[in-house]
Amino acid sequence: MMVRNRSVVRRILTIDLPVILILCFTLSPYLWMALTSVTEKSRLFTEGPSIAGATLENYVRLFSTVGFGRNLFDSFVVAGGTMIVGLGLAVPAAYAFSRFRFRGRRLLMLQFLLINMFPLVLLILPLFILMRSLGLVDTYLALIIANSTVAIPFSVWMMTSYIDNIPRSLDEAAMTDGCTRFGALFRVVLPLCTPGIIATGVYIFITAWNEYLYALTLGGRSVKPITVAIQTLIGEYQIEWGLLTAGGIVGAMPATLLFLFVQKRLIAGMTQGAVKG
Amino acid sequence: MSALSAPPVPLSRRVLPYAMLSPAVLVTLAIVFLPMIQAVWMSLHDYVLFRPKSFDFVWFKNFQTALADPVFWISLRHTVLWIVITVPAQMLLGLATALLLNQEFPWRGLARALVIIPWALPSVVIALMWVWIYDSNYGILNDLLLRMNLITASIPWLANPDTALYAIILTLTWQGFPFFAVMILAGLQGIPKSYYEAAAIDGASSFRQFWHITLPGLAGVLMTATLLRIIWVANSIDVIFVMTGGGPGYSTYTLPLYAFINARTGLDYGYGSALAVSFTLVLLGFVILYLRRAGRNIG
Repeated sequence: MMVRNRSVVRRILTIDLPVILILCFTLSPYLWMALTSVTEKSRLFTEGPSIAGATLENYVRLFSTVGFGRNLFDSFVVAGGTMIVGLGLAVPAAYAFSRFRFRGRRLLMLQFLLINMFPLVLLILPLFILMRSLGLVDTYLALIIANSTVAIPFSVWMMTSYIDNIPRSLDEAAMTDGCTRFGALFRVVLPLCTPGIIATGVYIFITAWNEYLYALTLGGRSVKPITVAIQTLIGEYQIEWGLLTAGGIVGAMPATLLFLFVQKRLIAGMTQGAVKG
Repeated sequence: MSALSAPPVPLSRRVLPYAMLSPAVLVTLAIVFLPMIQAVWMSLHDYVLFRPKSFDFVWFKNFQTALADPVFWISLRHTVLWIVITVPAQMLLGLATALLLNQEFPWRGLARALVIIPWALPSVVIALMWVWIYDSNYGILNDLLLRMNLITASIPWLANPDTALYAIILTLTWQGFPFFAVMILAGLQGIPKSYYEAAAIDGASSFRQFWHITLPGLAGVLMTATLLRIIWVANSIDVIFVMTGGGPGYSTYTLPLYAFINARTGLDYGYGSALAVSFTLVLLGFVILYLRRAGRNIG
């Protein structure tokens, strides 16, 4: 009994405590922001943020006077659109990479990887010129296209790794039973990798939701995603930290929740390729 | 004869993979590779957005201007500092976190889920909350340090040219270390338990086990993750842009940020593109290294 107790104490000192310290570092900026956002404006600078007398006044102002609802909607359209484009193009491509061996396969796969490595700043200047000449600046389409530059290559790789995990023998069995290749794709492979498709889709959604520089450069007036709206707040309401932090919480909430929802599967897909290296 | 022994693959089957790939490939050609070529093309021209008529081919004039531009060298120096401090800091913190989260304790699942939260947050929100933490009048950091008597007067972390870059580096370390933790954790789970059991039987201390089993076992993951992070950290300008906009003065300029600001506020797309292209060339070595590693895994 004594020995057991001592080993528990030891575990707490060497594992639990350090983990708590790291979690403090990770979470405290976020919690501090949350705490600031519910502190009354008049008390913030006299007593500092505190939970006593918590108020939602900042959140109400955010939607009534600043018009955050509209920005949330814009972000939603852009992120949802990017998700549809990304998955629609990536799923067939990933199936081809996973199930066929053909000339140029390696080169094409590396091509998609290469895109993800390119500096955004190299792409953002010509994309702006392109959108301007097409008359697309400040439209949903422009932002969906810009976000797709990141989403397509990423989801091609993620989906290839998910489809690789579904045994080939399953689609071969379906095909010997009289399914066409597309029949096998739709009846066997796609249903089996639905969790992978959801994880990839959610990841695209989060990345597009969080994206800021494209949104700033290609949108801004009639299409103003939440990230740009928060940045504008910083400029306009400089010292109203209650309002600003409320904006931060609202802007971060959808992505955080979605992420917690799919994180296990997402991480499995992302680390698979890397661990082999 | 050989044609008879191996039946020819029907044409439809040979075309099918290309047909399934073509939408994704064509779209990326149109929205990534063509614009990129255009960026290189623009970098060889005098091109200022408010004078759209003049698009004069000037060979490498923009690049020569860059080499003679003191801000270019300041930004390059910051880019190197930025990578050399941020990436190792992220890696060490990530390694420590992964080693801890690989141990057995009752709330491990919860801890693993919580630790990656910074990774999911929008960089604008990250910038916002750290600006608030660093605030010189009401920020919690100054408040804590004052209370602990570590400083005697509030420090304007982001307004002071000597501290601004390092303050942002801390923010980026915070944002990026969970990525390392997650990658390394996956790597740790790939090391067979029997190695440790054998070492323990031979009487190896936990430090020796770490040095001779864990680290070699993680070498591949560490290498891949570090390359990915170098590229990613070098590219990331949104946090700096929101936190300081490059200031005070030029004290938080990095090369891609300089290119972005040049094009955005100066509207000088010719010079901006030249800066972006130079930056890409600086980064290219790491990109090639990474692609070679990834290429080996393609079965």
